[in-house]
Amino acid sequence: MIWNETIECMEREEMRKLQGIRLKRVVEHAYYNTPFYRRKMQEEGLSPDDIESIDDITKLPFTVKQDLRDTYPFGLMAVPMSEIVRLHASSGTTGKPVVVGYTRKDLSIWSEAVARCLYAVGLTRNDAVQVSYGYGLFTGGLGLHGGVEKIGGTVIPMSSGNTQKQIQLMHDFGAKALACTPSYALYLGETIKESGIPREEFQLKTGIFGAEPWTESMRREIEESLGIKAYDIYGLTEIIGPGVGSECECQKGTHLWEDHFFPEIIDPKTLLPVAPGEPGELVFTTLTKEGMPMIRYRTRDLTALHHEKCGCGRTAVRMDRILGRSDDMLIIRGVNVFPSQVEAVILGLPEFEPHYLIVVDRVNNTDTFQIQVEVRPDYYSDEINKVMALKKKITMQMQSVIGIQPEIKIVEPRSIERSMGKAQHVIDNRKLV
Amino acid sequence: MLIKQLSIFLENRKGRFTEVAKILGDAGINMSAFTVSESSDFGILRLIVSDTDRAIEVLREQLYAVSITDVVCLYCPNRPGALAKAMDIITGAGIFIEYMYAFAQGDSAHVIIRPDDVGRCADVLTANKLTLLAASDLYKL
Repeated sequence: MIWNETIECMEREEMRKLQGIRLKRVVEHAYYNTPFYRRKMQEEGLSPDDIESIDDITKLPFTVKQDLRDTYPFGLMAVPMSEIVRLHASSGTTGKPVVVGYTRKDLSIWSEAVARCLYAVGLTRNDAVQVSYGYGLFTGGLGLHGGVEKIGGTVIPMSSGNTQKQIQLMHDFGAKALACTPSYALYLGETIKESGIPREEFQLKTGIFGAEPWTESMRREIEESLGIKAYDIYGLTEIIGPGVGSECECQKGTHLWEDHFFPEIIDPKTLLPVAPGEPGELVFTTLTKEGMPMIRYRTRDLTALHHEKCGCGRTAVRMDRILGRSDDMLIIRGVNVFPSQVEAVILGLPEFEPHYLIVVDRVNNTDTFQIQVEVRPDYYSDEINKVMALKKKITMQMQSVIGIQPEIKIVEPRSIERSMGKAQHVIDNRKLV
Repeated sequence: MLIKQLSIFLENRKGRFTEVAKILGDAGINMSAFTVSESSDFGILRLIVSDTDRAIEVLREQLYAVSITDVVCLYCPNRPGALAKAMDIITGAGIFIEYMYAFAQGDSAHVIIRPDDVGRCADVLTANKLTLLAASDLYKL
């Protein structure tokens, strides 16, 4: 099902024209209403007149997360605060949080974008959607909430946490879809199994998961454990929140709503656009946002874009799964390591639980690289040799995928913390001098 | 004549065994025999207890990884050469022993054996007139 066929199935050339018109408008808006953007463009000798088509976007300077921190809290707002009807903020684990402001029109664009996502995964006004993303400053909860209301579905605004109650209400209210982080979906699946309530008693058919990178194998794991189809929804606070794009029923990449959020892929080192279809860092420009426009915002997410028409009929550009983040990447003994690689190996081995913790440290000037894993109950043995063999098996696979050998530590069941929101997969204790 | 042995996966951390002993003690379960086998970062505690089902229940409640293995308990006089005779029978039958542990008390000794083929091991030993203890006998010792 398609929520906005005119836009989602628009011919590419027509879309590029629309994007060009909107880019010009948003650059003017940002230039005349935000000292930050005006100064940055003037430094490059640019004025809004230099923007005539979407191709001119590469002339514009980039915006990075630090810019949002430097202008904290409201320095990037392009409208008077009287026009701002809502604020959200990212968790800000390092330094100041990132604050974003929405006008009434921005909120309506947001719910339009989420509505497209929900239709893309087959949800309609007849369905109840349990929103188990956190409600509050985090964009996840309220973002999904607005979209479900927009399509006329029934919102179950659970927020995160209180897992027993989540399961009970999912069961009693007949939730058709669940929206949360993929790691929390896994945890819910595990807890449902332990609760002893038969899976057939749940109406759950669809999962809309995002806010952290996940893998194909994790998708299979979730689909198996909850008995649903699991779809990726993509978004980030700086751009609007969840709903920048989502997968469709084909599960062949995440469609991005490029009439509002224009994506580019650049080489994170040279900052130049990559060849079509090549992987690199994802960059977004908001084409319609009023409150806080983002011009060429570097997401740090690594992926590739594909412009071929999809089997679902949409022409909207498709993004590959996020391979990792250019700033999530760990460099261990000189080798680039992505947590997503570690996750893929673990999920491919039925002997291990789908939870892990990477611990990196530096001892005598050498990096140590430990991965903590839990063995599934059926695979424990009374023989040391058998447990050692499991350890050897996972060590070898990790080495072949990552390129360096980790120290595998098998820990007792449930020692690795189960996450309610974004899972913490890495502890880096290295103190670099 | 097979006996259920519990194997518990424990990380090599201070106080892990103490906690298991305490959980079993609080549940009124007695340990008849145990052994610990360790590697550099974890150990496997193998034990035989008075109430196997209850022990599994209380340990799993506390999220321990517990597995169950069938073993045999051989009675053997506590004197030179007695064990060699039994071992000879087992080896002669082509049975491989994964591990064993023993305890002696006065004139008698008991050896817990985990062979690769536990059924056949029990058959061979009884056919050769050796005494195997039932679980109920072991708990009375």
